[in-house]
Amino acid sequence: MNISVNFLALREAKWYQFALRFCFGGAICVLAGVIAEKYGPGIGGLFLAFPAIFPASATLLENEQEGKKQRAGLHGMIRGRKVAGVDAVGAAMGSLGMIVFATMVWQLLPGRSSSLILLSATLAWFVVSLTIWHLRSLFVQWCRHKPMSPHGDNTH
Amino acid sequence: MVCAFAAIGDVLKPKSFAGLFGAAPSVALATLYLTISSQGKIYAATETRSMIAGAVAFFIYASCASWLLMKRNLSALFATITLMPLWLAVSFGLWFMLLR
Repeated sequence: MNISVNFLALREAKWYQFALRFCFGGAICVLAGVIAEKYGPGIGGLFLAFPAIFPASATLLENEQEGKKQRAGLHGMIRGRKVAGVDAVGAAMGSLGMIVFATMVWQLLPGRSSSLILLSATLAWFVVSLTIWHLRSLFVQWCRHKPMSPHGDNTH
Repeated sequence: MVCAFAAIGDVLKPKSFAGLFGAAPSVALATLYLTISSQGKIYAATETRSMIAGAVAFFIYASCASWLLMKRNLSALFATITLMPLWLAVSFGLWFMLLR
């Protein structure tokens, strides 16, 4: 599966799509700080992995895909939800990278340059997520092209 | 930070790859920078130890959201909001059992 970049999507994006995610992200930053202040860093830290912007992103993506289909004269509801579901699969793989990010920062941050550790952990998040995504793509392709058995039994 | 990761996710294809950026540590980065400057590195490291439980909960949350969207055809807003208690239960459960 090839990765491509479509910069036109940025021109088509509405300002409120970014504003919404900015607000949710900012609200969770403040909430994590307040909870950590009140209940300690153990509880507050949980909210560093809160799915703050994911509901907004999935809903915006669903609406965008639905709108595209509707402009083409189709209903588009099912398509919108399927695309949001595929986006959620990606988020699940990204969350595995997030485990690596958190582990790296937890183990390496004390006594080292914070900027360097945060940058390295972000890079590790990307590499791990990308690797998992790539392996999953290969597995999906392998399942699609798997030859049928002589008895026609191709269950997996 | 949050908008930068969101913008990257918007321009990428296929959507399964773009979805990775829905779980980018953007909120964590912003919060950690502030925490390190105000409370110090040890405090921030303690927070990231708990973040592991939150990230495991995120994995379960996103997997369930994907299943509801693709197999049950629920709306994205309904699926993602109704699953929030699942994230809370898993993250707090893991923290209570393993990290407390």
